[in-house]
Amino acid sequence: MSDHDNAHDIQKSVKRYLFVFYALIAGTILTVMASRLPIESVAVTVAIALLIACVKGFLVAGYFMHLISEKKMIYGILIATVFFFAGLMFLTVWSMDHNSLIHMSTNVP
Amino acid sequence: MDIPYTSTPRPDTGLFNAKVGIWLFLASEVMLFGALFSSYILLRVGAAPGDWPHGLLNVWLGMTNTIVLIVSSITVVMAWASLKMKDFGRFRRYQSVTLVCALCFLGIKSYEYHDKFTHYEVQLNDGVTVQVKDESGATKAVQLPTKGVLDGHILENDADKMVIHGEIVDKAAQAQVTHAWQESKIPEMEITVKKADVKYMENYGPWHNTYTAIYFTLTGLHALHVIGGSIVIFFIWGPLAGMWKTDPERYTNRVEVSGLFWHFVDLVWIFLFPVLYLL
Repeated sequence: MSDHDNAHDIQKSVKRYLFVFYALIAGTILTVMASRLPIESVAVTVAIALLIACVKGFLVAGYFMHLISEKKMIYGILIATVFFFAGLMFLTVWSMDHNSLIHMSTNVP
Repeated sequence: MDIPYTSTPRPDTGLFNAKVGIWLFLASEVMLFGALFSSYILLRVGAAPGDWPHGLLNVWLGMTNTIVLIVSSITVVMAWASLKMKDFGRFRRYQSVTLVCALCFLGIKSYEYHDKFTHYEVQLNDGVTVQVKDESGATKAVQLPTKGVLDGHILENDADKMVIHGEIVDKAAQAQVTHAWQESKIPEMEITVKKADVKYMENYGPWHNTYTAIYFTLTGLHALHVIGGSIVIFFIWGPLAGMWKTDPERYTNRVEVSGLFWHFVDLVWIFLFPVLYLL
C-alpha cells in the first residue's frame, strides 16, 4: 500500500476496491460454472480453472495488496520469489517426465 | 534509543521496517505453500485411474467460504482506507466484519472436517447381501460382488447392523470418473448392512488416502494462517486501539501490514478452492 496517499486519492481507490471485489465474486461464480461444463479434457478443465484463479490472484495482489504501485525493493523481493517458485514448479514437472535424467538408470545386474 | 523507520519510510527504499519484513515473510510463505502445491501435483499425477476421488467435497460450501474470504479482504482494505481518511469508527466497523468473516470461514471449515471424519469407506466380505432403500422409498436386497465396498455417512449404528447413507462403489465406473461433475450424478441411497459382513471400515481422515492427506495438510495449514491472522487483526482492533491516539501513523502501518498478510491468506485460498474442490 502506498505510503503517501492522501484522503482524496484514497477515496478514488475505494471505488477501485469495490470494482475488484465485484470482479472477484463474479470470478468465483464463473469458476464453479466452468467446472460444471461437461468438458472431457482434464487439461482444458485444469487450464480454465487455473486461468480464472490467476486473474483473481492478480486482482488481489495488484489492487488489494497494491502491487501495481509498489516500491522497487518490494518488486526485487517478489522477483526472487517468482524465480524460486518457478524453479520449484519446473523441477516438479521435470521429475514427472520419465525420460528425464533423474529417471535414467544403467542396467543393474 | 528509538528504532528508526518504524512509522516513517526510510529515504532510500521508501519503505518502513515492518513492510519490508512482511514482504520477506510472505516470500517465504509462497515457497511453503508452493512446496505443498508441488506435492499435490506429484500425488495427483501419480495416482492410478479411479484412485483420485472427485466430488468428495461440497462445492457450495467451498464457494461460500471463498466468498466469505473475499468479503473479508474488501473489509480489510476498506478498514485501512478508513484510517487513511482519519475515520477510526468506520475502521473498527470494517474490521469487526473481517473478524466475523474469519469466524464464519473457520466454522464452515470445521463443519467440512467433521463431515469427512464421519464419512466412511466400508469394505465388505465376499458375496454379501445388503438391503437398499432408494430415493423413492422402495427397499430391495442386493447381492454384492466380491470385494464389495460401500461409501457414505453412518445414519444408524446398532450392535448387529448399521445403516449407511451413500452408494455401493462400482470400482470400474469409478475409474472412468475424471471430473467432479461426473461424480455428482451417482445417486445416493440408504444401505443396511450386518456388522458381521464388514471386513474393514475407515473414515476419510488424513490417513485414508493421498487425496485426504494433501487436502487436510493444505487446508489445515491455511486454517492455521486464518487463525493467526484473526488473532493479529483482533489484537490491533481491540487491545492496541489506544495507539491510534498516541501514534496514528504507526497504528495505520500495523493495520496495513496485517492486511497484507490477510490478503495473502485470501490469495492462497483462491488457488486451493478450484484445485481441491473442482478439479
